[in-house]
Amino acid sequence: MASSFRRIGKLATISSKNQSRRFSSTVDQTLKKSEGISPSKSVNLFTAINQALHIALDSDPRAYVFGEDVGFGGVFRCTTGLADRFGKQRVFNTPLCEQGIVGFAIGLAAMDNRAIAEIQFADYIFPAFDQIVNEAAKFRYRSGNQFNCGGLTIRAPYGAVGHGGHYHSQSPESFFCHVPGIKVVIPRSPHQAKGLLLSSIRDPNPVVFFEPKMLYRMAVEEVPEDDYMLPLSEAEVIREGSDITLVGWGAQLSTMEQACIEAAKEGISCELIDLKTLIPWDKETVEASVKKTGRLLVSHEAPVTGGFGAEISASIVERCFMRLEAPVARVCGLDTPFPLVFEPFYLPTKNKILDAIKSTVNY
Amino acid sequence: MAILISRSRNFNHFLLSTRFRFLSRLNQTSSKTFSHHAKTSSFTTAAGGGFTKPTATFSGESAAVFRVERFQSNKTGEQLNTLYYEEDNHHQIIDENQVMDFPGGQLPITPQMKFIAESSEKRLPCYRVLDDDGYPIPGSIFEEVSKELAVKMYSSMVTLQVMDTIFYEAQRQGRLSFYLTTAGEEGINIASAAALSVDDFVLPQYREVGVILWRGFPLKDIANQLFGNKFDYGKGRQMPCHHGSNELNYLTISSPIATQIPQAAGVAYSLKMDKKEACAITYLGDGSTSEGDFHAALNFAAVLDAPVVFICRNNGWAISTPVNEQFRSDGVASKGQAYGIRSIRVDGNDVLATHSAIRAAREMAIKEQKPILVEAMTYRVAHHSTSDDSTKYRPVEEIEHWKTAKSPISRFRKWIQRNGWWNDENESELRGDTRKQVLQVMQAAEKVEKPPLTDLFTDVYDKVPLNLQEQHKFIRDAVKKSPREYPSDVPI
Repeated sequence: MASSFRRIGKLATISSKNQSRRFSSTVDQTLKKSEGISPSKSVNLFTAINQALHIALDSDPRAYVFGEDVGFGGVFRCTTGLADRFGKQRVFNTPLCEQGIVGFAIGLAAMDNRAIAEIQFADYIFPAFDQIVNEAAKFRYRSGNQFNCGGLTIRAPYGAVGHGGHYHSQSPESFFCHVPGIKVVIPRSPHQAKGLLLSSIRDPNPVVFFEPKMLYRMAVEEVPEDDYMLPLSEAEVIREGSDITLVGWGAQLSTMEQACIEAAKEGISCELIDLKTLIPWDKETVEASVKKTGRLLVSHEAPVTGGFGAEISASIVERCFMRLEAPVARVCGLDTPFPLVFEPFYLPTKNKILDAIKSTVNY
Repeated sequence: MAILISRSRNFNHFLLSTRFRFLSRLNQTSSKTFSHHAKTSSFTTAAGGGFTKPTATFSGESAAVFRVERFQSNKTGEQLNTLYYEEDNHHQIIDENQVMDFPGGQLPITPQMKFIAESSEKRLPCYRVLDDDGYPIPGSIFEEVSKELAVKMYSSMVTLQVMDTIFYEAQRQGRLSFYLTTAGEEGINIASAAALSVDDFVLPQYREVGVILWRGFPLKDIANQLFGNKFDYGKGRQMPCHHGSNELNYLTISSPIATQIPQAAGVAYSLKMDKKEACAITYLGDGSTSEGDFHAALNFAAVLDAPVVFICRNNGWAISTPVNEQFRSDGVASKGQAYGIRSIRVDGNDVLATHSAIRAAREMAIKEQKPILVEAMTYRVAHHSTSDDSTKYRPVEEIEHWKTAKSPISRFRKWIQRNGWWNDENESELRGDTRKQVLQVMQAAEKVEKPPLTDLFTDVYDKVPLNLQEQHKFIRDAVKKSPREYPSDVPI
């Protein structure tokens, strides 16, 4: 909230073979925080995650990284070099069993360790749902704060990649947003990923940290090499505007930003907010923005029905009803299983968002 | 348990297809043999208390009948003849030097197409020291217990029983919302607790209140939890019988079945990394072994060499489901080997056997840094909980038999009384005093006010987030408007 309405100028360009996506960066802002001393390098998102894990293990001897295939560096290379540097007792493969990974991680975290567990794809987190919902989330509460597993962080790559079909594409964040006791964090860029992951690991509460796997290689950004943290439960206005507020998180922000740029060409001024932490979420920043613009659009890849966009929409209508000049628009995934061939139809694309911006502004 | 889990030992010789013909020629051959389990290891533990004899011996092999069935191929009719499974895991090996390399290691080669039998011919025996009349079984090997320890164990079992009876009645009278007793399983509770060190971390299920009592959790704290008053460590948030104590290394109980088991592997891994002379202990029931978490836990603990002792109270019943509707295996101990975990089956109603087995299990877990599985055979004399009437699914006579003839308490009493360590006078004094104490703490706990409304909102996170601060204010206002709708004993 403190960072609301800060002007973020710099736009980094992400390039790939087939497409180009852009996203906002807060490099200059955080460099200011670290007094500009920190050298930074242009790195992609998996490298930023890797840096954060190196720092987490290096700065806390009670930190552990484990999960399926993490020993050799992980299927997305996020854990590269960790086992060599920190040893196989602190960085290790586990059997292929998500409920085992999270159950084990809770026990480890309950002993005052930082348990950083990897679930290879968010699509495969469901066997661990019971451990997350009934155990991790209630560990502190049910014991009257005698025990906690706050050192637990569950990392999982989520979201569309263009060819992932049902089981390598899902965005299951809303299931977890219904669970008091955990935090849900999703970064939008390499710089954000490093700072938010370090905060999540060090936060005294269990965190589910979803990583936009689309951006692992595609997003490249200046990332300070140092240890730095970005605050949880603080949304960030990454593009200021006056006609409509757009709220999103993770990889979807770059699509939304493109829509904002297109809208600007037609004279519509969009304000874009990165929620970053989905629970507990920063209502105040969104509320302040909507009170200014009078309009709200929420966008996410997950199916529209019961998605976290519904929660944002309802909360903002409660708080800003008299200021709203149009119904809240939701541009989200369809209520189908995540499809393969039909992915371009399913996704909340730039033009779908642009159309919704226009119809909301012209309501 | 025999009456509960005995089952048919018929092995069906089935045909894979019509092309296969069963050849009844069973050769007692002199071929070279290989057995996966031929290695016989023995161990002796010198526990803190001092074992006078080796406490146990593991013998991988019993003198099972060795049968070799010929596999013959008939070129013209393509008829293959075999007995398709083995009951004793013996396989004919061509040549011990001939092996196949697979990623998991070298394997010997056999010309036989032989399926491993679904279970071994003989059921795993149950380790026992005292017979039903409290006489030591000749030749039984166990850790000696001093008079002091024996009396303390006995008194604790009685305390547990008296406490359970009073609280159960209190629930029946409507004073408590819920209760569940350990009736019939006092032996496992106390004997296992006594075999552990307080440095060992306990991850309980919910029928092990005896373990936390043994560690020194006062009766008044039990009562405070049951009434969910302001002195309840859990701040009135959980149903009765969900105890926990940070000080006593007893992790707070949760209701879901089996979730604590993989967590125990994580706790144990931490103890291992901290090089502690301690292990994790987790309790579970026979029903728990069907949950995925059980499998996950055993596999993780074995692969990660976690010093954890899994104690399964096989009490025959998961609410109304008997064990023969729970699994087809020979109980639970038989599952250990498939995970690479050393296991034992013990008579859970035999205090001396259970105590010795858990002592040895703990020693091995810590010294060898590996998991151990203990299946303690017992019977849930109790109804599952106060919400259950078990006479609807099992005969009253069966319950009565286990309550009286098979009681772990009376069996142990016979033994200590015969040793001259206990008499009828001690008995009535203990029961009278305990009864008084329990009634006293119950009356006191009942009168204590509930935790303040603030406790509804704290501890969800380390700090109360904005949405909960708002909701707290909302509830306070709601109470102000309609005070009668809300309990008057919760301070706002």
